[in-house]
Amino acid sequence: MTTAEVHAECACHDAILRPGNTNCAGCGMSIGLQWLDQALDGKKPILCIPACCGIVTAGAFPTSAYGVPVAATTFASAPAVASGVTSVAEMNGEDTLTICWTGDGGTYDIGIATLSAAAERNEDMIYICYDNEIYGNTGGQRSSATPEGVATSTTPRGKREVKKDMMAIMAGHRIPYAASLSIAHRDDFMRKIRIAKETKGFRFLLMLSPCPTGWKSEAEESVDLIRHAVECGLFPVYEVYDGVRYRINVEPSFKPMGEYLEKQRRYTKIAADLAALQSYVDRQWHTLHGLEKAFPADL
Amino acid sequence: MARALVTGNYAAGHALAVAGEANRDARGCAGGAYPITPQSEIIEYLRGFDFTKGRIVAVESEHSAMGVCIGTSLAGARSFTASSSNGLAYMTENVFAAGYYRLPIVLIAVNRTLGPPWNIWVDQGDSLALRDAAWLQFYTDSHQDLVDTILLSFRVSEDPRILLPSIVAEDGFVTSHTQMVVDLPEQALVDKYLPHCSVPHRLNPQHPTTVGGLTWPKETEHHRIEIQQAMDRVPEVLAEAVNEFEKVFGRRPHGALAADHTEDAEIVLVACNTMARTARHVVEDRREKGQKIGMIKSKMFRPFPRKAMADAIGSAKKVAVLDRNHSPGSGGIFWQEIMASLHGKPDVMVQDYLVGLGGGDVTPKIIDEIVDDISGREQAVEPLWKEVAA
Repeated sequence: MTTAEVHAECACHDAILRPGNTNCAGCGMSIGLQWLDQALDGKKPILCIPACCGIVTAGAFPTSAYGVPVAATTFASAPAVASGVTSVAEMNGEDTLTICWTGDGGTYDIGIATLSAAAERNEDMIYICYDNEIYGNTGGQRSSATPEGVATSTTPRGKREVKKDMMAIMAGHRIPYAASLSIAHRDDFMRKIRIAKETKGFRFLLMLSPCPTGWKSEAEESVDLIRHAVECGLFPVYEVYDGVRYRINVEPSFKPMGEYLEKQRRYTKIAADLAALQSYVDRQWHTLHGLEKAFPADL
Repeated sequence: MARALVTGNYAAGHALAVAGEANRDARGCAGGAYPITPQSEIIEYLRGFDFTKGRIVAVESEHSAMGVCIGTSLAGARSFTASSSNGLAYMTENVFAAGYYRLPIVLIAVNRTLGPPWNIWVDQGDSLALRDAAWLQFYTDSHQDLVDTILLSFRVSEDPRILLPSIVAEDGFVTSHTQMVVDLPEQALVDKYLPHCSVPHRLNPQHPTTVGGLTWPKETEHHRIEIQQAMDRVPEVLAEAVNEFEKVFGRRPHGALAADHTEDAEIVLVACNTMARTARHVVEDRREKGQKIGMIKSKMFRPFPRKAMADAIGSAKKVAVLDRNHSPGSGGIFWQEIMASLHGKPDVMVQDYLVGLGGGDVTPKIIDEIVDDISGREQAVEPLWKEVAA
């Protein structure tokens, strides 16, 4: 079968994420990349993807599951490479949308200096972190995005430190737009991609991305898990304009976290984990409610 | 030609800028920039240059300086940056990536000792540590050689038969911060000399590809073989670039190496960068006194011109290699390459001299002592330390 015949048969040949990708069942990326494509409404981006599951997604040369141009960068370099791509597009008068698509290791840990610098320069790009709260690609080691209590291959007795607050760090850069994305809240997700698409400068989007392999959860429960995480207040869904105007998009019911933890075998000491995470949630929402009240996006 | 008294770093900045400007009617020029002594004046020059179509991104690290160059080159722009010493070490991961991506980036390495302990003076160990990346490497002996080699390197790197990046090295302080009279090439001539930069595998929304994704062993092996084949084509492409340079600029820069008085020489000195200029004075002096001695300025280190080196050494029976670098546990890095070049000439005695490490001044007197040593030496020994620091 020729390439042209494959294209004719497969209407989605120019989708961002095409069939035949190597994502695990229940991976948050599969939903995230498809919704990204739908929300962009025909606008085809150039992707910069560092070392992470997101580049394994493509499959092996000479095929690629990505229907748009992709630069597979070194681990810490996606925003630096994207800065180069967007600079050349701009000076040639091209309306190119440059998107970094990165995991939490590349965002919270090894790539944070590169990310911070690109944000400080207000480079014209969208940076999306699919945060599965571990180094998924290397077998599930802790990252600074891993929540307190979670057992990983490098925290076999549970992580002792709290999850880093990446949204606050990015808001601190006073970038035009920072928002968190829930794959259990499609309308909100799509609206935020459209806002990011229409905004100039550096836009940061943080998506909590279920990883059945690392979270030791059931693939078919991935979306429900994110809904749980939002409802119990663990994953706040909000947006920050220019780093100073806040809007909470989903006010949680603060339902108990027990069910969320029990559906994932990465939480091994449920009682202790519940206490630690409840304290984390309380402090997080105390801050967030205060910020929204003091600096509302609507004023 | 505009003749001017300028520093090495000014000359390098000018050469990069006019080369970048020569691509203004194509996709422009760009790169990342991060300061480190003794190269900072180069990136300062570039940040201050008023490009018609260009952008130099002031980044937060050398790793990102090369990251930006990878992005700008993948987007089709003529791309360049500069660094030194630990900056090159910090950049290393992306230096390898740029070579493996087959991107024709030009990097000016202002040679400086790697630390700690911290030392800002010249030593070629920083750029030589990148010898196994898929980059061409050139070592320049003067301000003029630096300017000319930068222009040559764009032409060779961007040639569709090559598509590999180039490092052009100059000596920290000895070249970078001293002044010489240089012919600074005019824009119109550089426009004539450098074709527009074309990166055939650039990211193109009309033809989406995944650049740098996963490969299996077989494809990886082919990738490396293709890089070696491109390296094998460099001598021919460089020779063409030198010929064309002479036609456009009316001057003929050195190619892979420059040999002086080697035809009948019994002893040959091999050196790179400014040490080679000093060695040339010593050789001329000795010639006048009747000694059959010659010298080779080793300019192209990658690909290493093994055949040209062996041919230039010719019938000489003794070779003294001056290495301003040190590979601990082995010796001088140029020495290793020259030994490999002479595998077909087992009768040649090759002695390595580790000299001027950490920036010690390599004076004519020091080189004279080396010539005395090799003249009386019957057998080569392990690399000899020739301490020069006062």
